[in-house]
Amino acid sequence: MLSRTADHLFWMARYMERAENTARMLDVNYQTSLLPQSADAALNGWKGLLSISELSHDYASRYGEVDARKVMDYMVSDERNPSSIYSCLMAARENARAVRGTLTTEVWETQNQTWLEFQRLLRGKTFQKDPGEGFEWVKFRSHLSRGVTVGTMLQDEAFHFLRIGSFLERADNTARMLDVKFHAVESEFFGTGAANGNGRDQEYDFYHWSAILRSVSGFEVYRKAYRNVIRPEKVAELLILRADMPRSLAACMDEVVNNLRQVANEQSQDTLRRAGRLQADLRFGRIDEILATGLHAFLTQFLERVGTLGVGISRDFLVPVAA
Amino acid sequence: MRASFDEMQADGTTVREHYRVYDRWLAQQPGDVMRSRREEAEMIFRRVGITFAVYGAKDEDGSGTERLIPFDLIPRVIPASEWTEMEAGLRQRVTALNRFIHDVYHGQEIIKAGIVPGDQIFKNAQFRPEMMGVDVPGGVYSHISGIDIVRAANPDGSGSYYVLEDNLRVPSGVSYMLENRKMMMRLFPDLFSQHRVAPVAHYPDLLLDTLRAVAPAAVNDPTVVVLTPGMYNSAYFEHAFLAQQMGVELVEGQDLFVRDNFVYMRTTQGPKRVDVIYRRVDDDFLDPLAFRPDSTLGCAGLLSVYRAGNVTLSNAIGTGVADDKSIYPYVPKMIEFYLGEKPILNNVPTWQCRDAEDLKYVLSHLGELVVKEVHGAGGYGMLVGPAATAQEIADFRKALEANPAGYIAQPTLSLSTCPTFVESGIAPRHIDLRPFVLSGKTVQMVPGGLTRVALKEGSLVVNSSQGGGTKDTWVLEA
Repeated sequence: MLSRTADHLFWMARYMERAENTARMLDVNYQTSLLPQSADAALNGWKGLLSISELSHDYASRYGEVDARKVMDYMVSDERNPSSIYSCLMAARENARAVRGTLTTEVWETQNQTWLEFQRLLRGKTFQKDPGEGFEWVKFRSHLSRGVTVGTMLQDEAFHFLRIGSFLERADNTARMLDVKFHAVESEFFGTGAANGNGRDQEYDFYHWSAILRSVSGFEVYRKAYRNVIRPEKVAELLILRADMPRSLAACMDEVVNNLRQVANEQSQDTLRRAGRLQADLRFGRIDEILATGLHAFLTQFLERVGTLGVGISRDFLVPVAA
Repeated sequence: MRASFDEMQADGTTVREHYRVYDRWLAQQPGDVMRSRREEAEMIFRRVGITFAVYGAKDEDGSGTERLIPFDLIPRVIPASEWTEMEAGLRQRVTALNRFIHDVYHGQEIIKAGIVPGDQIFKNAQFRPEMMGVDVPGGVYSHISGIDIVRAANPDGSGSYYVLEDNLRVPSGVSYMLENRKMMMRLFPDLFSQHRVAPVAHYPDLLLDTLRAVAPAAVNDPTVVVLTPGMYNSAYFEHAFLAQQMGVELVEGQDLFVRDNFVYMRTTQGPKRVDVIYRRVDDDFLDPLAFRPDSTLGCAGLLSVYRAGNVTLSNAIGTGVADDKSIYPYVPKMIEFYLGEKPILNNVPTWQCRDAEDLKYVLSHLGELVVKEVHGAGGYGMLVGPAATAQEIADFRKALEANPAGYIAQPTLSLSTCPTFVESGIAPRHIDLRPFVLSGKTVQMVPGGLTRVALKEGSLVVNSSQGGGTKDTWVLEA
């Protein structure tokens, strides 16, 4: 397959996945903001969201003060924000258009239709009138896009690069969402708060951790898997180490490694080795060890390693240097 | 100018034989069916993304630069008997044109015989000296030819087909031919059960067969690719469509490179050799080392590989020398010269302004003629006398006097009309026809072609860049 084609497929899948995760984060923040809480706590949620997306600075330079409505506009429809749903859906569709001949008709039409309908939703002000409905729609279109890919594409290289893109992006996004608390309160969770142990913190924690679970469709999964009350270390375990949880870091790395193996070429050994090592760390890791070194430190390092993997994949397959 | 020949109505009351079933069907349709079908068609074309890009333009909502080519719901019907003759004529014409191009770049017998003046060829910007003495597989240069045909009325009310133009460089539009048929079958399945419409869907198969047949002789199982200028090109949809239908890679210039006098593409598994390039990029942009140095659409060193016979370009470099409007008047003579046959298809009578006598005639009849730039294309750079203002005629006269050799003139043919569904209802609009002729080991084509229609009342310009639309074209077996 053409390297340029693989590049477009990889990014098409990444942008679609990112659109979905942006919608998930916004949705959870929006739902949480409807709970009774102090104005500060609500603002912290929106600040944290900008911070984990590394957009605080860009936002401030365009909009100034953090404000729920403005953050939503910025993250949904601002075309200058490269991570807005608008930018992601447009980039997914542009990448798809560049390789429409490699996609099945159904996959291409799904991408194209998503973009056309999104513009209609924006014109109809859906995201202002009923944000929840808008976010549900984005998630649904992403489900559809993934389903039509798995359901219609030949499982050849094109398919593998699409999958690599999806799961690398998802690994990145899940890690960021888990890290949100650190960004929101600017302190390490398993430090001061836990030692304190007072009732208000515990209540806040319940809503905080269940919000994270809901943002990855993990609330019901958690109950099913642990049959227990929401405990931070269990949430972290579910989203980091449980390979049977489809949005966990372990599950994402399993997919990345499996698909990378399928497309391996002469120069990709090192990338494959790094991916395998990251996969092994998750497969054989224990949550108490991770928490002992600090969740934030662990996630920061994980994001760096995922970033390095992305660079390696680009170098090995997508933009080969050798003529 | 005579009244136009109408494809459906013989006169005010009589419907032509081959339109009778359709006419009965149409009369039975409830009033709003056509309108709702048209909306459905537009919605589907948008969703499928059958659009063409418009540079620098924005839609009302400021978001897109992609437009639909208007699609008309009423088919253009050609009786099988007429098509049989047209097909024979196309076969003959394209064969002669290929012989001509080969001759131009080899022995130049036709110049020696005094049939085509040498300076008409050597002074033509489309003549490529780089191609002199280069042998291409099978001696075929124009593998894909789009021949524009119109029908004009005779004094007795019958109609005759004329070739208006040969397109031998990168003729486009075939994807619309295929998509229009798919759309018609989807919107009106019952029509197809009532008519025996010759199928066209096997065109991509014939195209792939043609491209494989002209691969370099040493290659057993050739790798074919489609070369596109990229997704912002106005015909990008067609490039992607044809590559997908043939199951071959769609490449851009940046995907190709030359090593050891072969062409390779960059793939995820390393370099892969390319044997046949169906290029949708003009000659000038193919190789920055040989042609325009600022081109980023081509591949450096491609010409050298091509001249060595290690890759086939489709169409060949330098075919433009045969589809120029200044060469057009000589095509009937070419047919006689190379094939020893009488031309089956008519040429439109043409005055060549480079000739003093002809120029004099043209200048004194500007108000009734169509004057075209020799190198113009796409409906630009032409004067339609009867439709022009006095000022336009005066301006054109100046241009013509300044550079007579740059123009030809033809009588204003009234293109035939076909009923078309427009805002005010069903009304006649002018049409043309572009069949696509494939030349490899043999000459092949699918029945019919692309019918283009001028949607503006009275307009004779069918180009999509100038407000033209398209119709499904039916060759109807009796």
